[in-house]
Amino acid sequence: MPIAYTLLGLLESGPRHGYDLKRAFDEKFGHDRPLHYGQVYSTMSRLLKNGLVEVDGIETGGGPERKRYAITEEGVTDVERWLATPEKPDLYLQSTLYTKVVLALLTHRDAAEILDTQRSEHLRMMRTLTHRKLKGDLADQLICDHALFHLEADLRWLELTAARLGKLAEAVTR
Amino acid sequence: MSIPASPTAAPPEDPPELCAGEGPGDKASKLRQWPENLAMGLKFAFSGGREGWIRVLLTGVGVGLGVALLLLTAAIPNAMQAREDREYARMDFAIGDAEPAKPGNTVLVAHVDTEFRDREVRGRQLEPEGLRAPLPPGIDKFPAPGEMFVSPALKRLLESKDAGLLRERIPYRITGSIGESGLIGSAELAYYTGGQSLAEFVDDSAISRIDTFQATKGPSQETDPVLLLLVLLVFVVLLMPVGIFIATGVRFGGERRDRRLAALRLVGADSRMTRRIAAGEALGGAFLGLAFGIGFFLIGRQIAGSVELFGISVFPSYLDPAPVLALLITVAVPAAAVAVTLLALRGVVIEPLGVVRTAKPARRRLWWRLLLPLGGLGLLTPMIGQGNGNGTFNEYMVAGGVTLLLVGVTALLPWVVENVVARLNSGPVSWQLAVRRLQLSSGTAARLVNGIAVAVAGAIALQMLFSGVQDDFTEPTAQDVSRARVEVSLPAPVSLADAQRKLAGTPGVRRAVAVSTTVIGMSRKNPESSVGLTVGDCAALRELAKLLSCREGDAFTLHGSWPDGETVKLAEPGRKLFVNPTFEGSGKGTEAAWTVPQDIKKAVPYKDPTGWERNGFLMTTKALPTSVASDISGIIYAGLDPSVPEALEMVRNTVAEIHPLAIPTMHAPNERSQNYDTIRTGLFVGAACVLALIGASLLVSQLEQLRERRKLLSALVAIGTRRRTLGLSVLWQTAIPVALGLALALVVGLTLGGVLQKMTDTAIRVDWTSVLAMTAIGAAAVLAVTALSIPPLLRLMRPDGLRTE
Amino acid sequence: MTPAGSLLVAHDLRKAYGPTNALDGAGFSIHPGEVVAVMGPSGSGKSTLLHCLAGIATPDSGSITYGGREMAAMNESQRSALRRSEFGFVFQFGQLVPELTCIENVALPLRLNGVRRKEAEGTALAWMERLEVDLLAGKRPGEVSGGEGQRVAVARSLVTSPRVLFADEPTGALDSLNGERVMELLTDAARSTNAAVVLVTHETRVAAYSDREIHVRDGKSQTMERVI
Repeated sequence: MPIAYTLLGLLESGPRHGYDLKRAFDEKFGHDRPLHYGQVYSTMSRLLKNGLVEVDGIETGGGPERKRYAITEEGVTDVERWLATPEKPDLYLQSTLYTKVVLALLTHRDAAEILDTQRSEHLRMMRTLTHRKLKGDLADQLICDHALFHLEADLRWLELTAARLGKLAEAVTR
Repeated sequence: MSIPASPTAAPPEDPPELCAGEGPGDKASKLRQWPENLAMGLKFAFSGGREGWIRVLLTGVGVGLGVALLLLTAAIPNAMQAREDREYARMDFAIGDAEPAKPGNTVLVAHVDTEFRDREVRGRQLEPEGLRAPLPPGIDKFPAPGEMFVSPALKRLLESKDAGLLRERIPYRITGSIGESGLIGSAELAYYTGGQSLAEFVDDSAISRIDTFQATKGPSQETDPVLLLLVLLVFVVLLMPVGIFIATGVRFGGERRDRRLAALRLVGADSRMTRRIAAGEALGGAFLGLAFGIGFFLIGRQIAGSVELFGISVFPSYLDPAPVLALLITVAVPAAAVAVTLLALRGVVIEPLGVVRTAKPARRRLWWRLLLPLGGLGLLTPMIGQGNGNGTFNEYMVAGGVTLLLVGVTALLPWVVENVVARLNSGPVSWQLAVRRLQLSSGTAARLVNGIAVAVAGAIALQMLFSGVQDDFTEPTAQDVSRARVEVSLPAPVSLADAQRKLAGTPGVRRAVAVSTTVIGMSRKNPESSVGLTVGDCAALRELAKLLSCREGDAFTLHGSWPDGETVKLAEPGRKLFVNPTFEGSGKGTEAAWTVPQDIKKAVPYKDPTGWERNGFLMTTKALPTSVASDISGIIYAGLDPSVPEALEMVRNTVAEIHPLAIPTMHAPNERSQNYDTIRTGLFVGAACVLALIGASLLVSQLEQLRERRKLLSALVAIGTRRRTLGLSVLWQTAIPVALGLALALVVGLTLGGVLQKMTDTAIRVDWTSVLAMTAIGAAAVLAVTALSIPPLLRLMRPDGLRTE
Repeated sequence: MTPAGSLLVAHDLRKAYGPTNALDGAGFSIHPGEVVAVMGPSGSGKSTLLHCLAGIATPDSGSITYGGREMAAMNESQRSALRRSEFGFVFQFGQLVPELTCIENVALPLRLNGVRRKEAEGTALAWMERLEVDLLAGKRPGEVSGGEGQRVAVARSLVTSPRVLFADEPTGALDSLNGERVMELLTDAARSTNAAVVLVTHETRVAAYSDREIHVRDGKSQTMERVI
């Protein structure tokens, strides 16, 4: 559930209101799909239930939801674990990866390591596929090649992103 | 300013459309492209960084040396003409049937030439008769007796330390010098001194009375055919490598140029444009070469003023190439450069992505290549034996034959290299690498060593000819040098006995035999038949014939191996003969009567010291009618002690002291003269220079090749190839073609040398020292090229070359 | 972290070309029979790492041991001999001698080792068969295609039965089909002779033929295989 980790990560820089969270999310990640306020509310309550965030304070005289959330220790650990875990090499995962990278940059974690971890996961997959290809028949080979080419495309994107981390960091922390 | 100004940024000759190959006005724009493309090529020739400069410099030097030699050659006829003109302008004897000059306003000229250590000294005694006596060119007044005017070269010689003997011989005080107009060469040794009472000897052939020095007609002298052959050969042998040199010179760096042209194709130049650009580049090298050549020539011209070759020296001002020839050279060399470049590009298609050789070059055929040298031999064969007085050479056939033979080398070499290299196979890796490389591009290799081959072949042939001719001159023929090294003819009035005494007393003279010679005939005047008469004491006569007994007063007739009817007819006892009869056209003889005695003895003649077997009569001095004694001229044969240094010069001094008009004749010593050594050294130096220059071009192409193979070299080192292996392969790559070139050069050179020696009728002798020397220079060139390629090779073998850009 | 049984191990390699640090503390290790891909962006120092490992270049500092022997202790001719007999090389291009025929090229390393020509070319032909280029034996490199030439080069790299095969962008000049074929044959041949392969590449699909990869960035190497 990337949205949960994303919101958690956004809280790492300091306690925020739900509304602020939505705005921050939309600004950094929600270019084409802005977050519904209800999504924020439900996600935060789940996180609150799991002890990953806590309510830092409530604004008086406010509207329906004026709670200020802060991240807990467990929350930080959870974000870290999430960032460190490579995604299963799959099609169209760049949005998740992008989120992870930006979040890492926002929280001053090592974004390059995230990319490297992902690289090696991709390569591991490619090795497996290559191995299968060498043993398999023509149909197998074609199927494997399809996957390999896509993985290769992802890897290219990973490399490109790795090369542009500096610029990206500048852009997101501005 | 009425014309709308075209924008200054775009000169009008810029074609407005970029695609020049289309549209109207095509022809005009193409015409305009010509100079543009040429100019672009010219620019390329001079812009290529350090490497580019080295290349263009090498081309310049190569072509320049060629041009200088061509200019020098073109100047030689002029120089010869200048010398001849000067010679005529100071001609001091009446030629042919010209009326003998009458006394009054005439000058008496006595030839008192001498020789000093193999160098000729032109000497003249001048005695003006009358106030308006003609002056020879180069001096503005007559030297007084005891004084002399000398040429600058003679002045230097006389002032040098070891010329004491010459100073003794011409002891006159130097009071002036002979100007350039009176000399035929900068190194000529000449002097004019004042003469006294020369009229007394005016009948002597060494004295003439003339009223002008300006000769109307030169002595029509037949050029010695052997000398002509030598001159022809020198020209052909020198000019052939020059041609090859110019041809290879403009191709230095060809591979790099091809790549550059390919790059131009990539950006849109069409193949015609690339050719024009290549032509422009060649022009650049050729122009630089022309400039260099003119420089070299001007320097060489100054140096030529201080050089003497074959006893010939010239003044720098003589060396003016004929304007037509000079113009021809300045036009022909660049034209040839362009032609060679375009020819070389003929078999090449320059594609945008590189250079493609059209198809595989056809296997080289042997027959027409063999035809050239065989044709050369064919032209030379009929000339065999024509050399020594048996006729003359057809100069066209000789030049043609020699040229064909030498051109044959350049034609045969590519075939030889291709075929030999194709058969080379097994061997260590270094050998394999080199051989395979040569197999793929034997033409390039052959082209580079062509110059070496021709130069060496020519040099060997020339040296053989020189040594052969020289040996002939120095051969101990019939002349017995130990008996008479010097033969002195004395003018009649000089006392023979005195002269003999003086000569015998000269240090270094072992013996001096004196005889007098005259003629004895049937009548007082214009005898129908006459024979020689030799007079001397018994000891002297025994030198000339085998005498069983001899007493003063005896007379002998000579019966030698030569059938001699005259002597037999005259030697009839009791017949009345006349000693020294008068012949029409010369002065009055003694006409002394002498009767053949009854007891006249027969004798068998020896060869005299000059190798001549006499005929006629021998008489002891007492047998001769006394009236004759003072009227006949004497000859002294002097034998020298070879261990006494300068004996010859001292004899000359004595002779000069006896009488200035006494002429000593030297009989050839059996030793190699300095001249030959000079020629040999000259050839050696010349060949070494050619080889060095060709070595430099080999080096350039070698380096270019190495740089091109940088990646490959690094890869080879990576897989563990030893540096030694690669170094050796570089060595083989140079050594194999050079060795083949030298081998072919040896074969052709020795053949040509042999034929030439046959032609001059000299025994065939191979000058192994020079053959060895040439081979050694060739080997040295190979080693130098290899040694100089090793440092860049080591640098190129570093792993940097493996980097993928 | 040098696993026991490593054939070739390097620690803390540093090498500078002028002001640029091509290697800045790189490490490496490989087992017999292992195929290790060295990856990284251009200019990251991966080729330099290969050159150092193969003894073509010498690092400024750091240690490389091959079979327990310290490379720095060897002189140039010893390293050269090592490359001749124990190592094999495949480069991107420009490695075949254009004048020699393909079989002569393949036989070259053997000939450099002093094997006689006949014998060397016999072995060479066997390897060429294995890489399916035996029909090109008499042709010159200029007359064969890029893929064929590269397979000839692979045959050459294997002809001495090396214990380590160094491949620097072996498919760099080939299209993907030819590249895959070369990689297939290369890894197959190397595995069957238990040769270790150091494979420098920037192509992930080529690197996928490896058993593991190391990543070089700014002269530093990172082992990407995580210990799970």
